[in-house]
Amino acid sequence: MSMSKRPEKAKPVLAAERAAAEVAAARTGAVRTGAGQGVTLMPDPLDEDLMVLNMGPQHPSTHGVLRLLLELEGETVRTVKPDVGYLHTGIEKTSEYKTFTQDIVMYDRLDYLAPMSNNLVYCLAVEKLMEVDVPPRAQYLRVLLVELTRLASHLVWLGTHALDLAAMSVFLYCFREREIILDIFEMVSGARMMSSYFRIGGLHDDVPAHFNEAVQNILNIMPARIDEYEGLLTKNPIFQERTQGVGVISPQQAIAWGVTGPSLRGSGFNWDLRKAQPYSSYQDFQFDVPLGSHGDVYDRYLVRIEEMRQSVKIVQQALDRMPDGPVITSNRKVSPPPRHELADSMESLIHHFKLWTEGFKAPEGEIYMGIESPRGEVGVYLQGNGTAKPGRVHFRAPSFANLQAMPGMCKGAMVADLVAIIGSIDIVLGDVDR
Amino acid sequence: MADLQMVVSQVQERFTSNVLEVVEFRGEYTLLVTPESLLNVLTFLRDTPTCNFEMLIDATAIDLLGSEPRFRVLYHLISMKNNLRLRVKVPAGGENPEIPSACGVYLNANWYEREIYDLMGIRFSGHPDLTRILLPDDWMGHPLRKDHPLVYEEVAFTHNVKRLHEHKPFAKD
Repeated sequence: MSMSKRPEKAKPVLAAERAAAEVAAARTGAVRTGAGQGVTLMPDPLDEDLMVLNMGPQHPSTHGVLRLLLELEGETVRTVKPDVGYLHTGIEKTSEYKTFTQDIVMYDRLDYLAPMSNNLVYCLAVEKLMEVDVPPRAQYLRVLLVELTRLASHLVWLGTHALDLAAMSVFLYCFREREIILDIFEMVSGARMMSSYFRIGGLHDDVPAHFNEAVQNILNIMPARIDEYEGLLTKNPIFQERTQGVGVISPQQAIAWGVTGPSLRGSGFNWDLRKAQPYSSYQDFQFDVPLGSHGDVYDRYLVRIEEMRQSVKIVQQALDRMPDGPVITSNRKVSPPPRHELADSMESLIHHFKLWTEGFKAPEGEIYMGIESPRGEVGVYLQGNGTAKPGRVHFRAPSFANLQAMPGMCKGAMVADLVAIIGSIDIVLGDVDR
Repeated sequence: MADLQMVVSQVQERFTSNVLEVVEFRGEYTLLVTPESLLNVLTFLRDTPTCNFEMLIDATAIDLLGSEPRFRVLYHLISMKNNLRLRVKVPAGGENPEIPSACGVYLNANWYEREIYDLMGIRFSGHPDLTRILLPDDWMGHPLRKDHPLVYEEVAFTHNVKRLHEHKPFAKD
């Protein structure tokens, strides 16, 4: 078959060629509407000072494979056009071909800095669809682990954000503490990052011995360490200069753009799903929701730092009041029989086999479940179609939503500020591209 | 849930026959509305003080292969003031499914609708920049459709590279 018979397949365009074409198009004023920012990239053709610059996808401060098409006037950013999708893996499509339980492992890979949050929201969604109750011990352990995830995720954010702004030592300190938290994850699940520890109806297994001491250890050292990071940054005049008044977004704009999480709270809007729509026993915990007031990079920094302190508080409460009991539901529709029963009960063995080969059938219906991940609202839309596999799984990715709002924050900023702004919205490209 | 019921009945009163269906499932309400009334319903939900759904939290689409209209586009709204969530659903069918774009009502519908167009192949009339967002510009097909197979690229090793290249379009040139 000759190539000419194929229906109008466009030739693959290299990224560099495409950038050149976009630059040429920008020169003639023919560039299409900028993605997301609602403004047209329409430069004045007589404006000789205008330059289109390609930033990324291989750029250390874009926190992954994010490509930005910048339109610069000298060093001032006129428009920013994010180009995403380099990390698209089609997880939502693959989900439709696996059973509900098999799907869990894929969602660690979305937001790989907060895998437990993704697991939790998916498990909660399936539990809502199947009407499964989770035992209190499992709920508390889930809270404990997602708050540790929040701490670990914020540590990566803080380290890389500071590194982007040339504060090297903070990065090293943050990763030192993060490693201790990842050790706890390894302790419970066997994996540092892709833990897949949560199951539908509870947890994979109870926590091992010495878990409490390990958690208490990180809780004991964390407050002083957070003070240490703050000592390096909060009152640092260079850091303040780089972040205050940069990347401002008003609460109204943030809501119009669908910004959630610390980026919304940095603008002073009080909205935290842990308080507003508590899930997994969050109503039992006392904590404050830190709020910013200026909506700039500095306030988003302050909010996340304070969130780390609050997370320490929540983990301490969870540890102190940890209930005893099972860690997975006794609802045999979704959870397997205990291991010891398999040895002497044929029915249990068959049941286990059926659950692991066929899975369980979900009712027809659709639900949405949203929780507060370190980055904002992570949500799952789940469509059950009466079979053992989901009809449709869609992840509402906080990074995707927050990145869409970024061009609005960058107008009039300097190129160097861009690095601060990208860091401050804390995106994970795995989450953006799914 | 009483408040949500009030919102739903308000919409039903205002848009009578344009509200095709109201479904309650696990405490969540879904409104199925006609494509013509979509923008009015969204504007009504956003601006009426008793509803106040100020944020579009998510938009996605599902493929009900075998039924007509085949697709449903879903808008998940959230009211932070009233602490409510609501789902608005629009049918889209035919050879070239197309519904009006919600970008004029919710700014952030932009990327969500691009994603739906990219992966599900539903067009949005009046969208300022309806291009692919996650897949490359030269991609063919819309992978989240149910009739699109789940395929994967076989990894090329020295022992199978010849066979694999035989199936690739460039190998014939």
